[in-house]
Amino acid sequence: MFIQLVVSGISIGAIYALVAIGFTLLWQASRTVNFAQGDFLTVSAVLMFILVCLGVPFILALLVTVGISAVLLGYVVKRGIIQPLIDRSHTTIIVATIALSFLASNSISTFWSAQCKPFPQIFGMTPYRFGSIILSRQHVWTIVIAIALILAINLFIQRTKPGKAMQAVAQNREAAKILGINISSVTTMVFVMNAVIVVFAAMLIAPVYMVRFDMGAQLGLKAFYSATIGGFNQIRGALLGGFLVGVIETFTSAYISTEYRELVVLVVLIAVILIRKEGLLGTEER
Amino acid sequence: MANRSNNKPIVWRLLHWGIFLGVIGLIPIIFGGNSYYMYVATLIGVYIITIMGLNLTIGYTGQISLGHAAFMGLGAYTVALMTLNGYSFWLALPLGASIAFVAGLILGLPALRVKHHYLALVTLGFGTVIYLFLSNEHEITGGFSGLPGIPRPSFFGINLSSNIAFYFLVAGFLVVLTIMMLWILNSRWGRAFKAIRENDMRAEMVGVSLLAYKLLAFAIGAAYAGVAGGLLAPLMKFIDPTAFPVHESFWFLIMLIIGGSGRFEGAFIGAIVVMLLPQFLRGAQQLYFVVFSAITLVILIFWPTGLAGLSDVFFRRVLKRNPPQLTK
Repeated sequence: MFIQLVVSGISIGAIYALVAIGFTLLWQASRTVNFAQGDFLTVSAVLMFILVCLGVPFILALLVTVGISAVLLGYVVKRGIIQPLIDRSHTTIIVATIALSFLASNSISTFWSAQCKPFPQIFGMTPYRFGSIILSRQHVWTIVIAIALILAINLFIQRTKPGKAMQAVAQNREAAKILGINISSVTTMVFVMNAVIVVFAAMLIAPVYMVRFDMGAQLGLKAFYSATIGGFNQIRGALLGGFLVGVIETFTSAYISTEYRELVVLVVLIAVILIRKEGLLGTEER
Repeated sequence: MANRSNNKPIVWRLLHWGIFLGVIGLIPIIFGGNSYYMYVATLIGVYIITIMGLNLTIGYTGQISLGHAAFMGLGAYTVALMTLNGYSFWLALPLGASIAFVAGLILGLPALRVKHHYLALVTLGFGTVIYLFLSNEHEITGGFSGLPGIPRPSFFGINLSSNIAFYFLVAGFLVVLTIMMLWILNSRWGRAFKAIRENDMRAEMVGVSLLAYKLLAFAIGAAYAGVAGGLLAPLMKFIDPTAFPVHESFWFLIMLIIGGSGRFEGAFIGAIVVMLLPQFLRGAQQLYFVVFSAITLVILIFWPTGLAGLSDVFFRRVLKRNPPQLTK
């Protein structure tokens, strides 16, 4: 029972971590706090669901969704909404992403459906058995895919040239500009990256949550919590935060109360902010 | 900002007050016979109070609050529970406002230590927790069955249970709270608030205690929502948690941006426009959310002063002079 809870906590935590990494990347590149992150996830899940329902094979549906999401939630959002606001206050960008979140979720419920739709169980149903331990396929594959993606993101940032440009922009915009890095296009690239990350997170969460216009709202909030607890300006912070929130939440609902698991996470969050305002692994920002 | 020499603030203010009090007085004369219209007008008054508080928090001190629906809920449930248990409304309302004020202080304190997006996060979390509390603690709040039969108060023996009488009660609160807000904004405090919004660091250098002022502005903004909630409960005579979900706070934000954040008239214009339009164009409510959130994005990008900025355009283009401001 204990091990199952840990695995299920890590599996949901891996998804939080993934979404939180997208969050921190956006923050580092453009100081955008994306309140529409959860709705990006909903939009991706709905797109994938529609394609699968039209009879498109799953892999193809995933690829098409990645493409659409990269253009719509990455490029268009960055160029159309964030770019014009980037020199204004952080509050303005926050309000804009909130309006975007409202626009996305209400457009889905108005023009598509307000009902819950079951997403296909892409990983199959029969659980894995290791002796007396029974693990759900969904949990195991979520952890495997999420960790693979996180490693890939990390490799991209550490080893490739665009990845290094991202780091430079995150560390010092002015210096990066002097070195000849095109800040605007690096930021656009980060938005596109985030949009792709979000599609994979949607793929992992949709079989569990079912597809609904507000499925992403809670998840976006949890990713925000995770990023804050772990440290807003560090990928490993988002990772740690995600796993922590996932495990805390799972154990709270198992042993204390399902209704108040939000409260426990919030208390942890406030405690972390009070003790170490940069988050557990975060660093002081200029 | 610097050039205020050709303004006539006194005339300008009298004109605004004339319109404000005139509209308040004319509504019952025109719509007095229709209790539904009176209800809508009263509801708009209640929301103007909330948005006015939000404007102090966001528009004047640049702090974000996603907990205004929860602050409103605190006020509403305090008044509902106390008046249902026989306590006077006149005791319950100040208590509800104080609870919201204290909640604002408690929330603001850890959040102010750090960058302002944490305030967005913490208030959002607070909104979620209050909503969970209201829905799950059946013993206290009645859960989703809500609290029915909330009595309307009387005022020195005058019974305020009719829709018109209650309208005047809310209008009275609106006028008093408007005067208080103008007083706050034009006092030493208000100038400090404005200095904070314009430039945090400079304000601190000239000796404005940043933390104290920001915290105070945040808590006063919360208390306004608490009063609005306390008026909402007897207005609707029934409350349940669905009146105070988190996305209601988002909605308040949209009202403020459309009206004009950081402009005194913004709260009034925003609440009236956003709440009145759906009354004229009946249909799917979701569609309004879509339309208004799209409008908000457009306004943020192209026209940050919102509808209140329209008068600026009029002054600059037609009268060729600087627009006067209600607050310094």
